[in-house]
Amino acid sequence: MTGPLLRAANITKRFGGFTALNDVSLDVAPGERLGLIGPNGSGKSTLVNCLIGTLINDAGRVTFDGHVLDGLLPHKRAYLGLARSFQLPRPFGSMSVTDNMRIPLLYTAAVRAGHRRTEAEIRARADELLTLVGLAAKAHARPVDLTQVDMRKLELARAMAADPKLLIADEAMAGLSNAEVDDILKLLMTLNSRGITIILIEHIMKAVMSFSQRIVVLVSGAKIADGLPADVIRNDDVVRAYLGQ
Amino acid sequence: MTPTLTQSGSSQPGPGMAAFTGLALAAAAALFGLLAYIGNDYLYFASYVVLQFVVLAIAWNILGGYCGYVNFGSAAFFAIGAYTTVSASNIITEMSHSTAGQLLGLVPTGVLLPLLMIAAGIVAGLVGLGMGYLTLRLRGVFFSIATLALSVVLQTLVINWDFVGGSRGAYVIRPNEFPLPGGFVGYLFVLMLLLVVGAILIARTIERSRLGYGFAAIRDDEMAAEASGVPTLRLKLIATTLSGGLMGMAGAPFPYYIGYLEPASAFGLSYAVNAIAMPMVGGTHSWVGPFAGAIILGTFQQVATVTISSVLNLLIVGLLLIFFVIVAPNGITGFFRDLRYRRAQAKADVAKGAAS
Repeated sequence: MTGPLLRAANITKRFGGFTALNDVSLDVAPGERLGLIGPNGSGKSTLVNCLIGTLINDAGRVTFDGHVLDGLLPHKRAYLGLARSFQLPRPFGSMSVTDNMRIPLLYTAAVRAGHRRTEAEIRARADELLTLVGLAAKAHARPVDLTQVDMRKLELARAMAADPKLLIADEAMAGLSNAEVDDILKLLMTLNSRGITIILIEHIMKAVMSFSQRIVVLVSGAKIADGLPADVIRNDDVVRAYLGQ
Repeated sequence: MTPTLTQSGSSQPGPGMAAFTGLALAAAAALFGLLAYIGNDYLYFASYVVLQFVVLAIAWNILGGYCGYVNFGSAAFFAIGAYTTVSASNIITEMSHSTAGQLLGLVPTGVLLPLLMIAAGIVAGLVGLGMGYLTLRLRGVFFSIATLALSVVLQTLVINWDFVGGSRGAYVIRPNEFPLPGGFVGYLFVLMLLLVVGAILIARTIERSRLGYGFAAIRDDEMAAEASGVPTLRLKLIATTLSGGLMGMAGAPFPYYIGYLEPASAFGLSYAVNAIAMPMVGGTHSWVGPFAGAIILGTFQQVATVTISSVLNLLIVGLLLIFFVIVAPNGITGFFRDLRYRRAQAKADVAKGAAS
């Protein structure tokens, strides 16, 4: 397959007089691992929200897998194979871990497959994904009883349940210990090796550097660098943005 | 193979749909039999009010409990039902000069009333759909305020609408005789009892379906629900329509029950308050909660009306609500659900400890 899986062209998003994203363009190739970095408030999450449909960009166009996404609601974008995990975990609090998996399986996965799974198939698939992320033992627990790292794993497992082509992991590792970061990184690598394209948004440079094949840097709503990790961290603009002059 | 609605999501144990319907109808028949056996007409009169609140509570819970959208405007939907009946009976009276009107006038009230309930359900359901479309982009407390506003707007409209009696109210003539134990009030009781069974079946079917899981996802986290592929706006519109429609159906027989309908009684504060308080006391995650809450609070109010004072009603509701918010914030069913869960977790922890 040639051509990018996701293409964001000239995305601009304003909140009142504040321009959060200014003419940002971004291509992601199928199967790629892309790191998206930038200081706090640089527009990373705004970009994610524009891609996923939670926010509507004022200008520009997003195409994904041959579909123009402009004007599509978030659930319609999910049906096309776009999934995200949230920066702050947003589990369905009243449901067990298994039932959390049930929602995307009943909705997105069913639409993407063109048919609904039976109850037994849903349980099997939920179990399979929970085993993959290492949550099988806590399948009956409620999210409130999960640790931070388990909560992140649930986020990823729930995103995976939608059978996505592209997964946007929004700070999936913030606030975790080194060992836990490695845990999540390994998981993301496994998902990528199964053919899922991943955009990783992260502050932990060690994680981004080891994970990404390519890195995009946003500063104050504009893209200032896009290239190989080794080149990007030597880029003067990037160093200036992160460390000041 | 075409998967059915229940097949894809029914993870809960319990009797199947047919068995449950049979059980519910049998329980309803037993209750009617019991009242007929006791033979006190006042019991029909009092029980009707409790059953009416059961329907209102279950209906409110479809939007408020399952989806997490608190509707303060229940009284408006109830009143829409009641005024559908008044309008229809006035239209029939107005038409009495024509042949068609005279034929309509011959239709016995016992036949007319179930049809009016269905009509009221449709009207209130459509208003629910419209209200949902206008207000569901608002979240949390803003949505609730909008529903309260709807109630006020509708009441103002009715007060200024002469055809249904305006602020003076309207009389509805009810038949003196009816071939049922309890007479015509006994018949109203049976209708409301059947509506309770219908409301329970609808609520239970939702809970066990894909729709119910979608509702619960919206309640827990709307953004995460969207990201998981739940078409949130469509589901919320389904909820407002069903919820409004059921409330309207509960209101349709009310003019016949009370004989004289005025805006203040149709839009009474007690409907809005009870429709919220009963599910809160009983628990909001399944139909059992509003059902139990309405039976407990409703019966309590009826008993208090007779034994203590009729004005104490809402005070009692308020006190009970405060009690439950403090002692069991998730209601009665929520309290037991949490207890069961804690026990299972503790057992799992012990098992884990023994294994390691």
